[in-house]
Amino acid sequence: MRLLPQLLGKAVTGLMRLLTGAQARWVGCGPAPTQRIYFANHTSHGDFVLIWTCLPPSLRAMTRPVAGADYWLAGGLRRYLITNVLNGVLIDRDKATRTRDPIEVILAALGEGWSLIVFPEGTRNVGAELLPFRSGIYHVARQRPEVELVPVWIDNLNRVLPKGDVLPVPLLCSATFGTPTRLREGEGKDAFLARLCRAILALRPA
Amino acid sequence: MIIQREAVLLFAGLAVVLAVATAIGWTLKRFLAEGAPHPTIDNLNARINAWWVMVVVIGLGAALGRTALVVLFALVSFFALREFLTLAPTRRGDHLALSFAFFFVLPVQYYLVAIEWYGLFAIFVPVYVFLALPILAALRSDITRFLERTAVVQWGVMISVYCISHVPALLMLQIPRYEGRSLLLVLFLLAVVQASDVLQYVCGKLFGRRKVAPQLSPSKTLAGLVGGAASAIALGAALGRLTPFGVVGAAGIAAVIVAMGFLGGLVMSAIKRDLGVKDWGAMIEGHGGMLDRLDSVCFAAPVFFHLTRYFYT
Repeated sequence: MRLLPQLLGKAVTGLMRLLTGAQARWVGCGPAPTQRIYFANHTSHGDFVLIWTCLPPSLRAMTRPVAGADYWLAGGLRRYLITNVLNGVLIDRDKATRTRDPIEVILAALGEGWSLIVFPEGTRNVGAELLPFRSGIYHVARQRPEVELVPVWIDNLNRVLPKGDVLPVPLLCSATFGTPTRLREGEGKDAFLARLCRAILALRPA
Repeated sequence: MIIQREAVLLFAGLAVVLAVATAIGWTLKRFLAEGAPHPTIDNLNARINAWWVMVVVIGLGAALGRTALVVLFALVSFFALREFLTLAPTRRGDHLALSFAFFFVLPVQYYLVAIEWYGLFAIFVPVYVFLALPILAALRSDITRFLERTAVVQWGVMISVYCISHVPALLMLQIPRYEGRSLLLVLFLLAVVQASDVLQYVCGKLFGRRKVAPQLSPSKTLAGLVGGAASAIALGAALGRLTPFGVVGAAGIAAVIVAMGFLGGLVMSAIKRDLGVKDWGAMIEGHGGMLDRLDSVCFAAPVFFHLTRYFYT
């Protein structure tokens, strides 16, 4: 890795620590170098940076966030960060204009051995309950049943930078990692998605 | 050079005390717990280890001089405010007020300490900031629980920024025949408050039975309070030579510091129970958060500052 992106990576995680404390709570599993898909609730643009910061550096180097191309390619700095520093897997969320199917892009990244961070809600959620999950994670799990699916609850980050505000305020945030799961034999799409949703909600602090 | 020698002696004494504590902790773990996990002993050892870190950090701040100490306590305030506002039930409409507290109030308050502008330092938060915070919240037009939210942010700033800033503010006091030695006042305050906390904990664990505030703070016992307070006041008297107060004066002031520290601990416990948590955070292993370690300092520092300023300058 070149020097500048590496330094910027340190700056990004350092800033995240200063702002939020970035407390990692490994409840259902430990930080292990197995291939995983971390799936989390989505409330803020900082969500995957928080998860990324919570991972030990060795795991961080093998984990890529799956991000919406429409947002991350919109500005010069954003584009540089997501491609060079955060090493994102960019997917096009617009069905009408896209040239590659997101599932295909994600499967290609898994095929290269990367772990991934995904947000099955698909968009930032401002409400208290989770939005209905997109079906993408089901199709990925069916094609790659051996990859561990790790539920993650991101706590408090929506207060740090609410949708529509520009200046973040420093408040303590945590990422809670739950028990890894997989697609079960004969499990249907709706049952699977509902189970993943419950797995995230179960990690929410009382 | 006198100042350095006295401060060095104080830190050397602390190192000896911590070394003894470490040895005791190690012995307890080895022979009483026989190496197995033991909640009380493990917590004791975590606390002792954290004390080493805290003493080294304060020592470095003191050795590097005035500015370093001001910056150090600005950081302490930052972590304390972050803990307080994390648990505070604020809403989206408070975002502007929260940004203001972190990025304007905190740096300005410590800048005033650094340039020794006492007049504005004393009124900046209680007058200007207390009026500005509700104005900023009102601009967002969210009336839900408005009074409660305003009070919570004001209290957070009061405790975490205003009160804690009185520790480095001791450096600005000009005491006749005590020129250039005010760093010792900082060390005196911290030593007495923290010794009182530690000795209350030790006496409570050894002899304590009757709880003094079962609803607020179940770990505080009468024996702990009496034994801890008496020993901390004795320590204050013993450190009297470091202060401009004399031995009797130092004992009296130590008594006030200990009382404020204890009562401050009670208030902060009440706030924690109200918010439904046991600790403010998890920053300092064995102790909880920054505010768990500093709750008594928050209440003791302003009173110590003003007593010293009124009677000795």
